Amino acid sequence: MHTIRDAMIVFRDEVSASLRNRVGIAIGLVQPCVYLFLFGPLLTKALPSQGDNAWRMYIPGLLVQLALFTTAYAGFNLIPDMRSGYLERLRVTPASRLALLLGRVLRDLVLLTIQLLCILALGLAFGLRASLPGVLASAGYVLLLGISLASLSYMLALRLPLEYLFAPVLNGICLPLMLLSGILLPMTFAPGWLRGISDANPLRYAVDAMRDLFDGRFSTQPVAIGALVVMALAALSMRLSTRVFGQYNS
Amino acid sequence: MHSVQVQDLTKTYKTKNGLVEAVAGVSFDVAQGEIVGFLGQNGAGKTTTLRMLTTLLKPTSGSARVAGHDLSTDAQGVRRKIGYVAQSGGTSPAASGRSELVLQGRLYQMNQADAVRRADQLIQEFDLEDLADRPTVTLSGGQRRRLDIALGLTHRPDVLFLDEPSAALDPQSRSLLWEHVRKVRENYGTTVFLSTHYLDEADALCDRVLIIDKGRVVAEDSPENLKAQLGYDIVTIELATDADRAEAVLAQHPAVQEVKAQAQGLRLTVEHNDRVLLQFLRTLDEAGIEPLSIQVERPTLDDVFLSITNRSINLPGQQPMNV
Amino acid sequence: MQIISDSVLLFRRHLDTTMKSKISILIGMVQPVLYLLLFGPMLEKALPDASGSNAWQMYVPGLLVQLGLFGAGYAGFNLIPDMRAGVIERMRVTPISRLALLLGRVMRDAVVMLIQAVMLTLVAVGFGLRAPLVGVVGSFVMVLALAISLASMSYLLALSLPTEYLFAPVVNTVALPLLLLSGILLPMTFAPGWLSVLSHFSPFRYIVDGMRDLFLGHYATRSVLEGAIVAGVLVVGSLALGTRKFVQANS
Repeated sequence: MHTIRDAMIVFRDEVSASLRNRVGIAIGLVQPCVYLFLFGPLLTKALPSQGDNAWRMYIPGLLVQLALFTTAYAGFNLIPDMRSGYLERLRVTPASRLALLLGRVLRDLVLLTIQLLCILALGLAFGLRASLPGVLASAGYVLLLGISLASLSYMLALRLPLEYLFAPVLNGICLPLMLLSGILLPMTFAPGWLRGISDANPLRYAVDAMRDLFDGRFSTQPVAIGALVVMALAALSMRLSTRVFGQYNS
Repeated sequence: MHSVQVQDLTKTYKTKNGLVEAVAGVSFDVAQGEIVGFLGQNGAGKTTTLRMLTTLLKPTSGSARVAGHDLSTDAQGVRRKIGYVAQSGGTSPAASGRSELVLQGRLYQMNQADAVRRADQLIQEFDLEDLADRPTVTLSGGQRRRLDIALGLTHRPDVLFLDEPSAALDPQSRSLLWEHVRKVRENYGTTVFLSTHYLDEADALCDRVLIIDKGRVVAEDSPENLKAQLGYDIVTIELATDADRAEAVLAQHPAVQEVKAQAQGLRLTVEHNDRVLLQFLRTLDEAGIEPLSIQVERPTLDDVFLSITNRSINLPGQQPMNV
Repeated sequence: MQIISDSVLLFRRHLDTTMKSKISILIGMVQPVLYLLLFGPMLEKALPDASGSNAWQMYVPGLLVQLGLFGAGYAGFNLIPDMRAGVIERMRVTPISRLALLLGRVMRDAVVMLIQAVMLTLVAVGFGLRAPLVGVVGSFVMVLALAISLASMSYLLALSLPTEYLFAPVVNTVALPLLLLSGILLPMTFAPGWLSVLSHFSPFRYIVDGMRDLFLGHYATRSVLEGAIVAGVLVVGSLALGTRKFVQANS
């Protein structure tokens, strides 16, 4: 209970800090929008057989990409707070250590939700037609991914509290995750060895599941596997990062 | 012969809330070979003035000659003759001190061989032999500060500007640093102009102090004279017995303004006079009173600062320690 | 000429620093190499009849431009710590030429970019790229032009935004549309009319198109000419802008 109350305090503080930084929110939105505007139309041509389904193919991938580039980079905003001593200041208060993590993750989820809604609205304007329950369920997948990626990112930032090291390491991890999830081009285009590697990418299962959901197919194997993967990932990453946060703060 | 001549220098910044006068018009001269300190609180305009005098910032108005060159028409000439050590230093964390010193020489158009030789010289002079080949990020605050000053002296400048040379150093590193600064002037006749918000630093190093407050120079003199301006010394006399009698005889002395009885004796406020102590001793002797000890305290620069600006400043001994 | 000797002095210093941490050169290559490894093979399928048998001739020029965008485009990143540490200020108090402060760095970035371009091309050859040497060398000249202009613009930006957490997203936001609009991932021939029109506002589109022709061994084409002109204009324009800002900020 104590933890939840503390987390809410941290959360509110972080949200108000983020809201003051409107430029930051806008910039976070720009990347997926740019992909939507500038890559989507190319893709609909590259996938001629998909016909009017192309957006239903592409938007789920874009949402996962959004989660990847919003929340996986969340650790970036922890680094200045570590440097300025803000985090230490909170650590000497009796606030729950776990709350320091949860409050931030919660803030990231709020930002992710706002961005998610924007992308869906834009996609709709571009010609996306998809099953509403499917889209809602997909949002659940994306938020679970957001929890995992954000908490892992904070964990990494605690271990690598220098921007010029944190950024390339993160890029080195996120880029293969994105390329191997079939976001830009479907993995069916990939040769066998590449598909084999992509089987190890949890994001791929989320994308596949969300594509089925957007199509309105709820009881397929990808949907089930995807749900398992995102839940397991969220549980695992929360566990890991709370441990690191706890250690760092002990 | 003046090394630095400053006339009505101002710097005004435009902000959202209108114009801000960081430096509201300062004028002063610094003689060749003098060590002059700019004393004031954070935000008083010290760094802004220093940055103007070192060609980093264009003055809004006013003029200055530095090392014989006009600041506004011959910045390049000024640059050749001055060294500047910024508050934050200026070394690349990953580079070694030696490579920074060589580069610095090359930046002043020395050839490689001369730059290397000069670097060796400075490394020796500033006791950096064991540290010169380590990345600067691994040096302690005091060691890095010595390197910073060595960098500022690479080209044997006529005038050396130091911005807060000992901020955040521990007491030992500070006195070592001061020793080095004094030696620079002794050995090379270099003019040193430094800014500080520590009174003890100004007292220990400077021939002359300019007190700057809210962008203006509010007082200017030697530390001694500034202190003398307050005009009063505090004399404490420790007595085993006869305190009442001592009070009575000393109160008649013309220099004494006020006498207060204390637990172990007397505390007198006395007009500044070098011979007053001797006269007190004689007076007490004639009255047959033998003091245990007698002590004179000059007012500190802090008292001066307070009396001039009516604001307090960091007391010596309160400076942050290096942790 | 003092500007030249000053620039060379700083160039050598910056190159030394970069070479000392060879890792930073490799880190800069991670992104394009990953695209090469993980996206290239899929592209072979997506572009079944593009330019004969070798999709790599289409793709590698785009990757080289991407390398420039995400390498030289981020050059300003390494100016920020130097500004914070006071290194730039220390140099500004010396009589060194103001312009050399910019040129020394840009020269370093161009050399690093060239090394990376050669390495990336060699990896691509391993994957099946075949292209005429003359065309590849010609492309490298364009890559150099690209590096020079991107790096100077990046330094220009870093001077106005000297904090990493503002600089990075702004560069990202500028670089990404430029990347997508240049037809680097998928060729712009796939684009609907409005998008194709838009893409002509990206200077990199002309450079990519020119480099693609060079990789195919077509030297006397309109695309090559356009690419060369755009590259030239970019270099002159960005150096002029960068110089003005650097000299202004440092006068």
